[in-house]
Order: sequence, then C-alpha cells, then structure tokens
Amino acid sequence: MFQFSRNDQDRAFAWVHFLNAFFSSLCVALIFVFLLKESISFLKIVNVQQLFSQSWYPLENQFNMLPMFVGSLLLGLLALFLAIPLAFFAAIFHVFYCPSFFKQVFRAIVELYTGIPSVIFGFWGLMNLVPFIAKFKAPGFSLLAGVLILALMIFPIICLSLIESLEIKKKSWQKVASSLAIRKETYLWKVLLPNLKSDFASSSLLALGRAIGETMAVLMVCGNIVQVPKSFFEPLRALTSNIALEMAYADGLHRSSLFFSGMILFLLVGILFFLSHKVVDYADKT
Amino acid sequence: MKFLFFSLFFCIQLFAVDRLVVTGSSTIAPVLSDIAKSFEKKNSNYRIDVQTGGSSRGVNDARRELSDIGMVSRKLKPSEKDLQHFTIAKDGISLITHKSNPVATLTEDQVKKIYRAEIKNWKELGGNDASIVVVNKAEGRSTLELFLKYFKLKNSQIKASVVIGDNEQGIKAVAQNPNAIAYVSIGTAEYNQSVGTPIRLLDFKGVKASVENVENGSYPISRELNLVTKEVPDAKKKAFIDYALSKDAISIIREHYFVPVLKK
Repeated sequence: MFQFSRNDQDRAFAWVHFLNAFFSSLCVALIFVFLLKESISFLKIVNVQQLFSQSWYPLENQFNMLPMFVGSLLLGLLALFLAIPLAFFAAIFHVFYCPSFFKQVFRAIVELYTGIPSVIFGFWGLMNLVPFIAKFKAPGFSLLAGVLILALMIFPIICLSLIESLEIKKKSWQKVASSLAIRKETYLWKVLLPNLKSDFASSSLLALGRAIGETMAVLMVCGNIVQVPKSFFEPLRALTSNIALEMAYADGLHRSSLFFSGMILFLLVGILFFLSHKVVDYADKT
Repeated sequence: MKFLFFSLFFCIQLFAVDRLVVTGSSTIAPVLSDIAKSFEKKNSNYRIDVQTGGSSRGVNDARRELSDIGMVSRKLKPSEKDLQHFTIAKDGISLITHKSNPVATLTEDQVKKIYRAEIKNWKELGGNDASIVVVNKAEGRSTLELFLKYFKLKNSQIKASVVIGDNEQGIKAVAQNPNAIAYVSIGTAEYNQSVGTPIRLLDFKGVKASVENVENGSYPISRELNLVTKEVPDAKKKAFIDYALSKDAISIIREHYFVPVLKK
C-alpha cells in the first residue's frame, strides 16, 4: 500500500480541493464561452433597428428583447418585495415565538417548500390561481399570478437563511441582553435587527437571482405576451420563459438570438451577485 | 475470467444492434415511439431512439446526418425538397373553446378578426357578453405556422392574450377559462374531449372538426406528418419506414388520434 507522510497527505488533499474548485469554476467560464460562441452569429447580422424594433417577432426579424428583460426584472423585484416581509416575520416567529414542540415541524415545512419542483408551483398556479384572478379580470394569466407564485418559491430561501443567522446572533447576545434586563421586543428590534443587514442583503439577492432564473412556473402562469405590463393584471413574458418556449423549435438566427438572450440573463445574474457582495461589505462596515 | 468473457460477449451483442436515431417534431414523436416499440418487439436487433425538438430540428438533423430519420409535422418547404420524405399520417388543427361557450362555428373572416383583436367580445359573435381570451402559440411551432399560413396572417398582426407552448397547455388554458379560444391539433383535442375535458371543437366552413373529416380530406385546416431522410433510405432505415407505413402501424396511429394515410 501507499504510505503517505502527514505532509503528503495534506498536499494531496489540497490538490483535491484545488481540482474541484478549478473544474467547477471552469464550467461557469465554459458556459459563458459557449453562450458567446452561439450568439456571435446573431450579433454579427443583427442591426440596432432590429434590436429595438416594435416587439419580439424573431421570424420576421424583429428582435426587441427589452420588454422581456424588463419583465424578468419586474417579476423578480416585485416577488422579492413580497417575499421579504413574509420570510422575515416567519423567521422571527420561528426563532423567538415558536413553541418548542412546533419548532422542528415548522422548520421542516419551510425546508420542504424549497424542495417542491417549480412545475408543481406552476401547475397549481395554472389550475387555481389563474382562474381565480380571471374572475376579477380576464385572462388571469398575469404579472400578479407570476409575482405571487415566485414570492412563494423564494420566501423559504430567505426565511431559512435568516433563521440561521438569527440563531447564531441570538446565542451570542442573549445573555448580555438578559443580564441588562432588556425587554425581548426591545432586544429584538433595537439590538438584533440592525445587525442583520448584511444577512438580509445576501439572502435577498440570492433569492432575486433564483426568481429571475425561474422558468417553468413563470411560463405557466404569466401568459407569455411580449410586452411591458401596464397593470398587475396584464400578461408578460420573462426572458427565461422565452428561451424555454421557443428554443425547441428555433432555427438559425432565431436560435442564435435566444442564446444571446441567455447571455443577457447570465450577465444580469452575474451583476446581481457582484452587487450582493458589495452590499454585504457595505452593510458589514456600517 | 468467466465474467470477462461474459462482458465481452455482451459488448459484441451491443454493437451488433442496429441503432436508429429519430429526431424532430414533438407532434410525431409520441406516436413514432409507439410504432418504434412495436417494431423493436418484432425485430429484436433494432434499437430506435426517438427525440423531440421540433420540425425544424427534424429537417436540420436529417440534413446534417445527426439523426438517421427526421420527423416533420408539415408539408416540406421548397427549400427542403432535397430530402426524401414519407407521409405517415395527417393531422388537422381545430379551433377550440370552452364547452359552455354557445358559439359553435366561426367563419374564416371571424377567426382572422378575433386573432387581430378586431372582434373583442363574444357578444359580437352571438355569444355571451364577455371579452375573448385569445390563445396563441409560441414562435417556431408548426401548429402556429400552419395556422398563420392558412389564415394568411403574420404573427405580428396577432394580438393574443396568452401565448402557450404545446397542445396540452392550450387545452388546459381553454378548459379553465370559459371565454378562451385556441387552436390545437385535432387528435389531441378529440382525445381530451373524449376523456371529459370541457372543451368544444368548433366546426369550420360547415365541416365538423374531427379525425374522420381530416381523413377524407373535407376538413380544410390540416397538415402532413412526414418522415425525412437525407439520402434514399438504406435497408436498415427502409425496414423501419416501411413498418411505419404498414397496416400494423395504422392502428397505433389511430390510437394517437392521427389520421393514417392509405397507400394508393
């Protein structure tokens, strides 16, 4: 058998780590190169007029992606806006007010949420939420339906990460707080929360990335009309849904334009994560 | 050692198998998979791999020889005449509405006006006072292509309320919305109606939308389901294509609510 000295073992171990890290980051780089390669024929041919044409009719050489780009951002941001308070209060409930026998169950329920496949959310939305909204305003496929479904999907991500950080901070500060005889509520709002800023920022941006990347559920409930919705009841199409809807049947320039929209998504999510680091750093400093 | 021989033998067996890769239209794929299964049962040395990806992929893959046979759910374009094609069945596109919708037939002009949003309320067509929810297909689908071609519309003229992907999604959209109208392949629509989905297939030009009327050619909005190959098929491919055109395949095609093409 091989005999390793302590040093050799360490070195081998370091190599394993290095190779894993290298390949996983290589994959991301390769995806980007691939997207670039596939979309280059589109960028070569297309002109500015076609990019900012009336709307998205790829088979008639109109490639305006702006409404879908706005749609993706709108869906993500509004869903986040709805999910943050939901996640926040649920996390506070779990850490400070939940009766101990229910604690495990509640956490399991929230964890289960993250495991539900997005088609299930989409299907539920299609069969229940959409007809319900349609009762008030046709067609029911709408920004509102998309935002509600997405908020449900990303709420557990924020909630779980807030629970983690609350548990840690609670442990380190509770003794100090109780020895100073501070009320629970005061301790919560004045001491704990101001120190949660960076956790908030990082988990929200992670969730935003997930919301923008979500495809199936959005495709099923949003109606997929290419437009910037003027109200909550109007349908819209997200960039991701567009790729899923059309890729299977796309050809030539159309296909290449879809890869280009994929690259835009890639960059968008990249920028979001970059910003999230900046925001976390900033929040930690103040 | 025994194990080694055994695995070697197994490998040889694997290589001796005739593999056929079939790609293309998602309309044809389910029925062709069933035909392939039945074919494999009778010819145990065949392995047929059916993948979807749309008619355009069917043409491309066959042309670039990425697949052995392509599936194309429309008539071949003039630019595609270099390919060999075999029509295995026909399919019609039906306009569907919710079962509770009293409007039972539409003229060509009315359909055009609905899809161009010139008629916006069912009242104008003798139905209930409710705005029409227009369901359209995503760009690149062959059903959309056939619909646009038949009604001489451009996709940019269509003002839809909902855009969907495949037939099933269209049927679901209509089944849960009493004021929706969509177009899907007749086979799928008739099947869903037979299992109790609350949809109605609209008569068109006085002809009932049914598999039967596509078969006898009286229903106007229909299309061909084709298999394509780059060259004249060799013995390996020919055996399968012949089977897809044979009597054995007809019953499978009918099970999928498509219309077999009888050889003349």
